[in-house]
Amino acid sequence: MEAMNDLTPDLEQRARRVVTRWGHEPTRLLQILREVQEDFGYVPERAIPLIARYLRVPYSRVKGVASFYSFLVIGPQGEYRVLFADNVTDRMAGSERLLDALCKRLWAEPGKVSEDGLVSVGRTSCTGLCDQGPGLLVNGRAIGRLDDERVERIGELILARVPLADWPPEFFRIEDNVRRADLLLGHGLAPGDAIRAALRRGATGWSEHAANERSWREAYVGTAQGPVAVLEEIKRSNLRGRGGAGFTTGVKWEACRHATGLARYVVCNADEGEPGTFKDRVLLSSHADLVFDGMTVAAYAIGATQGYLYLRGEYRYLLESLERTLARRREAKLLGNGICGQPGFDFDVEIHVGAGSYVCGEESALIESLEGKRGVPRNRPPYPVTNGYLQQPTIVNNVETLCAAALIAVHGGDGYRSLGTLKSSGTKILSVAGDVARPGLYEYPFGVTIRQVLEDCGARNTQAVQISGPSGICIDSTEFDRRIAFEDLPTAGAFTVFDASRDMFEVARNYAHFFAHESCGFCTPCRVGTSMLVAAMDKIHAGNGTQHELREIGRLNKVLMMSAHCGLGHTACNPILDTLKRFRPAYERKLRSLDFTPSFDLDGALARARQMTGRDDEAAHLEASR
Amino acid sequence: MSDAESRPSFTLDGVEVPFDPGQTVLQAALAAGQYIPHLCYHPEFKPHGSCKVCTVRTGGHAATSCTTPARAGMVVESETEEVVAERRMLVQLLFVEGNHFCPSCEKSGHCKLQAVAYDLGMTSPRFDHFFPDRPVDASHPEILLDFNRCILCELCVRASAEVDGKQVFALAGRGMGKHLVVNSASGLLRDSAVAATDKAVDVCPVGVILRKRVGFAVPVGQRRFDERPISAQASDYAPRPAPPRDP
Repeated sequence: MEAMNDLTPDLEQRARRVVTRWGHEPTRLLQILREVQEDFGYVPERAIPLIARYLRVPYSRVKGVASFYSFLVIGPQGEYRVLFADNVTDRMAGSERLLDALCKRLWAEPGKVSEDGLVSVGRTSCTGLCDQGPGLLVNGRAIGRLDDERVERIGELILARVPLADWPPEFFRIEDNVRRADLLLGHGLAPGDAIRAALRRGATGWSEHAANERSWREAYVGTAQGPVAVLEEIKRSNLRGRGGAGFTTGVKWEACRHATGLARYVVCNADEGEPGTFKDRVLLSSHADLVFDGMTVAAYAIGATQGYLYLRGEYRYLLESLERTLARRREAKLLGNGICGQPGFDFDVEIHVGAGSYVCGEESALIESLEGKRGVPRNRPPYPVTNGYLQQPTIVNNVETLCAAALIAVHGGDGYRSLGTLKSSGTKILSVAGDVARPGLYEYPFGVTIRQVLEDCGARNTQAVQISGPSGICIDSTEFDRRIAFEDLPTAGAFTVFDASRDMFEVARNYAHFFAHESCGFCTPCRVGTSMLVAAMDKIHAGNGTQHELREIGRLNKVLMMSAHCGLGHTACNPILDTLKRFRPAYERKLRSLDFTPSFDLDGALARARQMTGRDDEAAHLEASR
Repeated sequence: MSDAESRPSFTLDGVEVPFDPGQTVLQAALAAGQYIPHLCYHPEFKPHGSCKVCTVRTGGHAATSCTTPARAGMVVESETEEVVAERRMLVQLLFVEGNHFCPSCEKSGHCKLQAVAYDLGMTSPRFDHFFPDRPVDASHPEILLDFNRCILCELCVRASAEVDGKQVFALAGRGMGKHLVVNSASGLLRDSAVAATDKAVDVCPVGVILRKRVGFAVPVGQRRFDERPISAQASDYAPRPAPPRDP
């Protein structure tokens, strides 16, 4: 197979074409690898030294980047690469059973390329289709609403080698599922409205804030008062970041505006990787103009001329429509030079697509990835507002934050602040999924109770809600009067509901696997600690866990909290500790009464032999009980 | 006022540590002869803070001392029971993910991982080890690469790029799959630009990069960390300029 692909006569030509398209720029290495993979179905081993040569970077740098992102594969793959989404909501909807069914249909083994080179079937992290799961990606294209029939049909299509373009279009249809719209989802604005409002604000802002006039004039010459007026509105709104951390947007923008550098950059973080979150998918599919309006308003406020939208690889299918939106906006003078006829207001946006890496949602890792490197979080300080993309002042904002900024440009800071609570102004979009009658997007002013959301989405018999995904918090039914707000339950948007039939231990175990899979491996505690958490949880799952494992988990948590390099490691234990605290019996009924059991499992050691002989009968096991 | 008195300072476990602007907590401590355990830091290179063994407490937070800039008046805690226990666990984690068999390792007694482990009072492996399958690269006539002992400190990566100007080493993979790779199309050291005289060959704190045919020149028992514990050798790790880059 490899020899065959080595003979691909036009490999050199095709690789060079991609590299040329990206201007021979090493900062575009990830984009180049991604497009080479789209062209060949994988990254050919032989393309690596070629790309290295064309870009004049070491071979090992290309290899290092190609092997960091889970969607990139070096060497031949199946013609069809099927990746089942492995979020807990997909599992609850039967993804594992469907994966088995597809594997049987295709004579494939999970995680391996079938012997005829036709297909590989594996798992991937949440693909953002939790409201219409179970989901999968086939050669990067998203398919939702899987059931037995659809999986059977997919098996047939693959066996008949039908090209993806000829698959039934309804397979690829993704619904928005907006269930409750408020200020943002019901904005009713036309493309550019927010930019024009921002430009107008310049003139009125000047007189409204006359008290500050002198200082502005001293700090900024010429027509700079417009941007400052917009910045003032953002600050006045008390908008806080919607990506989870909740940093005050106005403070971030102002710090960037005041930082010195050769250029400033606006980066839209559309790397929506937190399991259970899918709001950005809808914002980018149906409100892309508002997102770009927000980026342009931000560029105006901080004085940036270039923006980047970092789109998660799972949303690759949105790229063409987003590019069309950008082209339309350039035509309409909403991007490019002299935006809305304002001389000197120059700004454009380039889209970069990720390739399967949760940690790239962390802003400094995202910037590394934008620079075509491995997505490893940087040491901070310095922060991106002073040393971001290419070490220049950069703001990185969530998709929803930028939409909110566009709304603030239109409605004003006070108008926006009139919604929500004292410390959490405006609205928040929740991605509701799990055991509910009506999964989808629910937008509420901050301050809504959990109980209200559960009622609206038709949740019954609810045992627990995971707020803001595995890095957030898991609450039980005694806490449903708590509120979505920075003062109480801050969230990036995920709202995953579990009814009384769910085993909360298994929920936590799924999340533990997620963190280990997504750890970048930079720092010792996270690289090794997340894998040890998985080992402990799997041991309990297998019925070999004891109190010893629970104590070890507590110790691992301490070391992760204390010394991990970024938020992934700091929060990796949260789902386990939260569920241990609230649903301890779910753990204890799996434990052995002994204080310690060695992890070596004699019967488990025979698993390989059983697999090879295709046996799983009683006599193939050491203990009849197993 | 003398020069020493005019320098700003912080306290490390109650001891006054003066520093030069731009120094990090670890650099200033080592320059003052105060030891803080560390593995991925090297006095000739810019700290990058991945091993986390040098974690300290300051201002109510944990901080990576090799990358945290020193500030006047800081109160830094290092040798507290909590911090030492956390470091011991981090070192145990490094043992868990690799294959470290000290009794048969040529680097024993010269190995910083072993020295730091002894110093932190690590008496047992404690955890179930992962026993990863990592092949050895013996392709080069003068240099052996035993990846089993790699702690991913990236010192060879940095030395090769910054001092040797060659970029012989790099990292690939992620998470538990992260590993050291050699910059050659075959992936073998033989086909890379490495030379036995490279800084990158010297800088490995553990037994990954070894010169062939010089093993055990110093008998075990008379080696650097056999003689004195690493914590008594703080000033050897004081910041110093990197050697000049090869022309």
